[in-house]
Amino acid sequence: MSGGIDASAAAAHLKGAAPSQDVVWHHRHLLDVDVLTWPEIELIMRTTDEMKGILARPIRKVPALNGRRVTTLFYEASTRTRVSFETAARNLSADVVSISTATSSVTKGESLVDTIRTLEALGAEILVMRHAVSGAPYLAAEVFGGHVLNGGDGWHAHPTQALLDLYTMRQHLPHGDLHGRKVAIVGDILHSRVARSNIWSLTAAGADLWLCGPATLLRGMDRWATAWATGAVPGHGRFHVTSDIDAAVSDADVVMALRIQRERMQGGLLPSLREYAARFGLNAARMALAKPEAIVMHPGPMNEGVEIAPDVAIGDRAVITEQVANGVAVRMALLYLLAGSHDASHIHETGHAPEAAR
Amino acid sequence: MTDRQIMTGDEIRRAIVRISHEIVEKQAGTQGLALVGIQRRGVPLARRVADAIEEHEGVQLPVGALDITFYRDDLSLVAQQPIVKGTDLPFDLNGATVVLVDDVLYTGRTIRCAMDALIDFGRPRAIRLAVLIDRGHRELPIRADHVGKNVPTSREEIVMVHVEEIDGSDEVTIGRQLRADEPSAAGNE
Repeated sequence: MSGGIDASAAAAHLKGAAPSQDVVWHHRHLLDVDVLTWPEIELIMRTTDEMKGILARPIRKVPALNGRRVTTLFYEASTRTRVSFETAARNLSADVVSISTATSSVTKGESLVDTIRTLEALGAEILVMRHAVSGAPYLAAEVFGGHVLNGGDGWHAHPTQALLDLYTMRQHLPHGDLHGRKVAIVGDILHSRVARSNIWSLTAAGADLWLCGPATLLRGMDRWATAWATGAVPGHGRFHVTSDIDAAVSDADVVMALRIQRERMQGGLLPSLREYAARFGLNAARMALAKPEAIVMHPGPMNEGVEIAPDVAIGDRAVITEQVANGVAVRMALLYLLAGSHDASHIHETGHAPEAAR
Repeated sequence: MTDRQIMTGDEIRRAIVRISHEIVEKQAGTQGLALVGIQRRGVPLARRVADAIEEHEGVQLPVGALDITFYRDDLSLVAQQPIVKGTDLPFDLNGATVVLVDDVLYTGRTIRCAMDALIDFGRPRAIRLAVLIDRGHRELPIRADHVGKNVPTSREEIVMVHVEEIDGSDEVTIGRQLRADEPSAAGNE
């Protein structure tokens, strides 16, 4: 879909309008999708296609990263992301070291920087990292000599999730083209790194993006949307922000529910989960407003009965397990692309690092 | 570039017809034969060999395409990742005699990768190798069963196979390599 680039998105975002077949990958790290040009995103999508081909084979393993050392460092609980990354690395024949901070020297007070230097001295080449503090992977990228892949940092970014979401949407849309397609993301936008990363990739894809949730969980999004709409900051597209779920879901091609993060719900952001479920929960009646062929997505883990009704979550429009399967292929593609990019180590890229890390 | 032509379109056509006869002769027929082209220029060459066999034997052999990108042992040596071009093996490899087809045989590393890749898809009864050009300088104990033309070269030289389907014309040229990392050197091993 090289022709399907939103003109407004393209102007600032496309650093080089070279034919997408000739894209050269030069990113040493992947910390968020905001630094990716559209041709680079398409390169990831094409490489993911090939990885899907490997996953369909009798032997789901190729020697592309034979002997390369991938370390996963997760400061936050995770099953699917961590297992997905480790499966992806193993499918490429990499050696995987898995560190969970609960059983590491982090509990003795070791700092993030010391931990990363230690891992590097132990031979880590590619570091997959999840951290509760927004921006932590940017700090890691400054001290680590290899490649850093962000597996989710605080409220800030979850680039592999955004890319697997994009891949899954493209699989279900004619010609894989999101241009003008209505995508509604419903739920706790405020705390959602998934939503933030998706804003970059979906607007770059030219989608008609709607963010929907209670006003308390949309804080700051209006300002972001306005800043892009008015060109106050270099804009990559447009998106809508609303608390009217019927407006968000009506005629949507894609509806994505986000998890209500109960652990982050102190301070009266929500009156109650039951009220949230009644007003914003994705149920069959609301899905009836969307296009008949619309797909239902969820980044997991789900609170069934809160942000998504059980019958919608397992309904035939749900592609939630496809998202999980595509996640392995997308992560294989990114590990492969990053591992081959070491010649570009001089290229500076920290994107828009949030202040929290500094 | 001071490229010198070493094969014309007609010579390529005749070499492919000869190779197609050799393949059938060696197999004593076409039973169990399958052709697999190595991306990129091996793929059109494999189709042409299949077309030639169909012409004189009246049998249409299965033709596949193999991308060996993920099997290379030099990911960290190439300046950028080769673009993956896709593997398509629309037949069962188990028990088949697979003839790998590539444009240039050089170090043999591509063929080693191709054999690794093939074996991940099944267990062929035999794997054979047909190449349009054998330019020497093997780094592995690999040889071709069917060769269009043997071309003695130095390592500084670069052999380019042009095929109609990709390059718009059929010819083989030889020239001096400008830089070791020149992109046009890709696929030349």
